[in-house]
Amino acid sequence: MQIIKAFRRLLTGGVLLLAAPIVLADWAINMPQGVTPISRDIYDLHMTIFGICVVIGVLVFAVMFYSIWKHRKSRGAKAEHFHESQTVEIIWTVIPFLILVGMAFPAAKTLIKMEDMSGTEMTIKITGYQWMWHYDYLEDGVSFYSRLDGDSNRARQADSELDPQDVPNYLLEVDKPLVLPIGVKIRLLTTAADVIHSWWVPELGVKKDAIPGYINEFWTQIEQPGTYRGVCAELCGKDHGFMPVVVKAVSQEEYREWLTSQGAVAATQTASL
Amino acid sequence: MSTTAEVLHDHHDNQLKGIKRWLLTTNHKEIGTLYLWFSFAMFLVGGAMALIIRAELFEPGLQIVDPQFFNSMTTMHALIMIFGGVMPAFVGLANWMIPMMIGAPDMALPRMNNWSFWILPFAFAMLLSTLFMQGGAPAAGWTMYAPLVLQTGDAFPFLIFSVHLLGVSSIMGAINIIATVLNMRAPGVTLLRMPLFVWTWLITAYLLILVIPVLAGAVTMLLTDKFFGTSFFNPAGGGDPVLFQHIFWFFGHPEVYILILPAFGVMSQIIPTFSRKPLFGYASMVYASASIAFLSFIVWAHHMFTVGMPLSGELFFMFATMLIAIPTGVKVFNWVATMWRGSMTFETPMLFAIAFVVLFTIGGFSGLMLAITPADFQYHDSYFVVAHFHYVLVPGAIFAIIAGTYFWIPKWTGNMYNEALGKWHFWLSAISLNVTFFPMHFVGLAGMQRRVPDYALQFADFNAISSIGAFVFGFSQLLFLYIVIQCIRGGKKATDRVWEGARGLEWTVPSPAPAHTFSTAPDIEIVKQETGV
Repeated sequence: MQIIKAFRRLLTGGVLLLAAPIVLADWAINMPQGVTPISRDIYDLHMTIFGICVVIGVLVFAVMFYSIWKHRKSRGAKAEHFHESQTVEIIWTVIPFLILVGMAFPAAKTLIKMEDMSGTEMTIKITGYQWMWHYDYLEDGVSFYSRLDGDSNRARQADSELDPQDVPNYLLEVDKPLVLPIGVKIRLLTTAADVIHSWWVPELGVKKDAIPGYINEFWTQIEQPGTYRGVCAELCGKDHGFMPVVVKAVSQEEYREWLTSQGAVAATQTASL
Repeated sequence: MSTTAEVLHDHHDNQLKGIKRWLLTTNHKEIGTLYLWFSFAMFLVGGAMALIIRAELFEPGLQIVDPQFFNSMTTMHALIMIFGGVMPAFVGLANWMIPMMIGAPDMALPRMNNWSFWILPFAFAMLLSTLFMQGGAPAAGWTMYAPLVLQTGDAFPFLIFSVHLLGVSSIMGAINIIATVLNMRAPGVTLLRMPLFVWTWLITAYLLILVIPVLAGAVTMLLTDKFFGTSFFNPAGGGDPVLFQHIFWFFGHPEVYILILPAFGVMSQIIPTFSRKPLFGYASMVYASASIAFLSFIVWAHHMFTVGMPLSGELFFMFATMLIAIPTGVKVFNWVATMWRGSMTFETPMLFAIAFVVLFTIGGFSGLMLAITPADFQYHDSYFVVAHFHYVLVPGAIFAIIAGTYFWIPKWTGNMYNEALGKWHFWLSAISLNVTFFPMHFVGLAGMQRRVPDYALQFADFNAISSIGAFVFGFSQLLFLYIVIQCIRGGKKATDRVWEGARGLEWTVPSPAPAHTFSTAPDIEIVKQETGV
């Protein structure tokens, strides 16, 4: 294990050097590190595996291009006739296997953590519709629909006067975001009313399909207040690209206040339905 | 015996001219040509759809098509490229080359060969006709996930029936290849002396026979769900939408290898030829291909990590998927070792082959990243996946088809193609495809989902770059068409051997290959010289 750790450190260092421009650039070029323990674990895994792939790729392609440059007929290279070696075949079967085992450990660890549903303190039920989301705060009786906001919706029309460039958060804004408290392990349930949808917020490191007839569960624990934007990831028909997810993470006090303010609204909404 | 057969065949060929010659042909070379031209036509149709997609995605906002039609384009693009472009192209190459490579006079089942080809134009006419139907062409993705696909309009039964027909055609093609390879090898061509292209196709044919019926079953269940009141995939009736995904991907993952194994075969013919050195690790290449085929049956659910699986299932499918990297790596290492200390030249087929090794490996790396389940939760259904599978299919499968065409066309036509234009075609394609598909990794990682006609502003720059690359790539393929036509009409005469480093029975017959080759089995000494190591 110690060796694996040392290897990973070495590798991360090398990768950071190689991938410096990618790490430094804004988030539109790489996976966001996100704001949950899981999203950071995923980011680390992503960068580690990417780094290993870069190193292997550089080595293999270096050998190949050296050969292309050196062993070309125009340089007078004469072809040799070796065509078999059990030893090298075994070497290049076993070494990749060991590298894969090294990758599998941290991956399995993160996966086990992701599937650990213990200790959640509140539950939100998310229902996918063509084409909007419905959020249900199971313990607090608050529930509402969340649709693409008006400006984005107007700008996306084919004959629109409104230029998408002038709409803040074009296609990533909703009329009513999902408000969640920070620092709480939240249980999320997904299901759907018509076809399959998928609830994805990159910065929370979560994506789960919302499937009619199924209730899927997963969890998140947001560490920083902020607005986190996501989308429906599973093709769900004509307006699949127009049902974003917006999560507004606030402090626990603010969340309580928000809940109280919503309580009355939610009650009248339910009554009118 | 053989004399009688020859007389009959010649008689048969001389009788038929014009359209009837092509409609009724049972000659493996003519059927191969039909397959190749048909697949090229489908590449252009599927490519045109890709350009509609890229034109719409050039900038944010909806400019050209409405979202429903956009979804039809992504769906039809995939169906046409997979079933109309790549698969028939490899069957065409198999038809032309397998009998000549194993010293057989023709395919084992020539009439079925004719039939399996002529199903295709009808199947695609039916599929394409849905573009003009009420409710539009299928728009639920080529994966046809229930329940969304059940919302398809009048096109629905036509989609199902065309998939059935394509399956029938594929199964007949596969049976024909297995029967040919197992029964018609010339004396001396033992299994472990067969060229790698024959080996990979034999394995591919078995994959086809095993999984195409599964697809046929899945789409038939969709059909009965829609029209006959069954509830296989409808939760309201006790069914299960995820069941469809399991069945589909049990077909779908081996299908991925159906698209790439013949490409591995083509590479294993081209790289030794232009390295002037025998293929390194022939036996391990055969075992690696077989291992990949086996593993392809036990990894299907890695396409479905986000549907909600038990932890043990996720772990199993992650580990099994990672294992595929090993035989695939062995193949790449063997190709590099084949080049090592060779005497290389870089004619167009070799250029495409080198690009294949590099770019397919990049696609393999992103595949390995996708296998890591926790990270897959971020990658899944994003443009990262789109980048991944286009890297394995465009510079993978399609470059192999193009490389194979340049490699074998002198044998088919008797003329050399225009090398300078071939190199132009290569550089234009290789550069533009990277311009098209590389930025897709970035937008995918940054949060852009697949199958959307419009996107948030932060993805605008990379999408514009992708679109420009796509148009250059698309129009570069017209140069390929020109080169092929030019080569058919004339050019420098090809020798029988064509390439200095070429070895194999197919290079012992004249160029162009006459209508009937190996009517009598080749001399066993020649077989020994040309096959094996």
